[in-house]
Amino acid sequence: MTTGFELDGNAMAGDLREIFAVDLTGAVATCAGCGRPSAVAALRVWGPAPGLVARCPGCEDVVLRLVRAPGRAWLDVRGAVSLRIALPEESVAEGPA
Amino acid sequence: MSIISPGFGGRRRSSRPDLPPGQYLTHDFPVLSAGPTPRIPLDRWSFTITDEIGGRTSWSWDELNALPQEEFTADIHCVTKWSKLGTTWRGVSLDTLFENVESTADFTMVHSYGGYTTNVPLEDLLDGRAWIAHTFDGEPLHPEHGGPARLVVPALYFWKSAKWVDGIQMLQQDEPGFWEEAGYHMYGDPWREQRYQGD
Amino acid sequence: MAEARWETPSARTLVLDVPHWPGHLPGQHVDVRLTAPDGYSAQRSYSIASAWRDGGTVELTIQRVADGEVSSYLTDVLEPGRQLELRGPVGGWFVWRGTPSPVLLVAGGSGVVPLMAMIRARGDARGRQPFRLIYSVRTPQDTLYAGELARRVRDDPGLDVRFVYTRKTPDGWPEPPARMGVPVLNSHGWPPDFAPDVFVCGPTSFVEAAADILVALGHDAAKIRTERFGGTA
Repeated sequence: MTTGFELDGNAMAGDLREIFAVDLTGAVATCAGCGRPSAVAALRVWGPAPGLVARCPGCEDVVLRLVRAPGRAWLDVRGAVSLRIALPEESVAEGPA
Repeated sequence: MSIISPGFGGRRRSSRPDLPPGQYLTHDFPVLSAGPTPRIPLDRWSFTITDEIGGRTSWSWDELNALPQEEFTADIHCVTKWSKLGTTWRGVSLDTLFENVESTADFTMVHSYGGYTTNVPLEDLLDGRAWIAHTFDGEPLHPEHGGPARLVVPALYFWKSAKWVDGIQMLQQDEPGFWEEAGYHMYGDPWREQRYQGD
Repeated sequence: MAEARWETPSARTLVLDVPHWPGHLPGQHVDVRLTAPDGYSAQRSYSIASAWRDGGTVELTIQRVADGEVSSYLTDVLEPGRQLELRGPVGGWFVWRGTPSPVLLVAGGSGVVPLMAMIRARGDARGRQPFRLIYSVRTPQDTLYAGELARRVRDDPGLDVRFVYTRKTPDGWPEPPARMGVPVLNSHGWPPDFAPDVFVCGPTSFVEAAADILVALGHDAAKIRTERFGGTA
């Protein structure tokens, strides 16, 4: 069990919301280290300085890194095999067959 | 445009003209980490310099402490804007550790227990510019500040002073370490305010 | 900030008038940034304590943390009429969306704040979902919203609150002070086969312990949502 001043992925919500048009804390990230899927909100987070580091709750490998600088941000996702993001459903208009 | 909060911030921090640009003096010692604090028993601790063809030179904890020790005083500057002046340390100079290392490589990657890395040009580690430090302010270096031993390179932003150091890998080319991959500057000179890539 | 009120000697609720606030869901938070006259700035996240009503205010309850540069400014220095820089609302995962399922709320200290927003939203909507709050505090004096919780237990149908006192209990309390453990979560939470939505909020060690116990009791890990505060503010 890890100890220390830990946050979780909920703490990344504000910075991620500046970058993406939808909330990303509910996105499911698959860890490139162990393959475990976790909600971004459930990742173990260190930071916020010098940046936010989100680690897998299973194997503790780094899944995401987010650095915010004036006028730009870096989101490093090499620790995630994929991110599955829920989007609002679009309505499909009926068209000619 | 920021909203200014009168009465905020005066207590512990102050900006001064003798600090690098954008820095504020702090009286505490903030703990910033990218992951859990590793706990390394001293009987399993080692430090290894690996040259560019794989040759290794290692020291155990006892061997490190048997080398010539130096006391040094340093001003330290964190990229998150706090600075501490006149901090006192004790450790082994990288000049001592590199005495018998044959290498033509100009760059290094510093490695830590726990997986952290940071890149530092070799010339910034030599000529009295860097130490492997185990004592801070007269006491053994606390784990949350990087103990048993950390690299200290005062001339660069303090993210380059890798906590929980376990080795240095010589490189032919400069490569980004942990924070450098995520947007921080490859070199990190506080006097030129090199915080982020592109600065 | 329009006004402020003390909840306990160390926790103050800030009532904020935020123009063009888009509304928020219970459980969301805001990021507050303070900038000193010399340019030094610091930022912290705070959960929104209030439920949203059209045209209403946004409330934050700030727990003063020893040596906390931001929290102590917000509790002790900020005066009504002054502006505060906010970013939000943010967070879409640790949120209660008013679904019919029963809900278990587990709060450690100031972790009760976002859970109180959920209780308030349910009250405003006259919701009938079965709601149970297990709220762990050090002493009775540290309890946030004590009066309001008592009133809501009386007036909001289907809401139950169980306190856990870890350092000092109220007079007449039948047990000695103790940390929250398996017995309380077992007796005062919902049985796992009710499939409740579970929200746990508080310091990291509290959240880890509570989540582990709930999973061991048979709750589906996928239905447990957690929000950890660090140790500092």
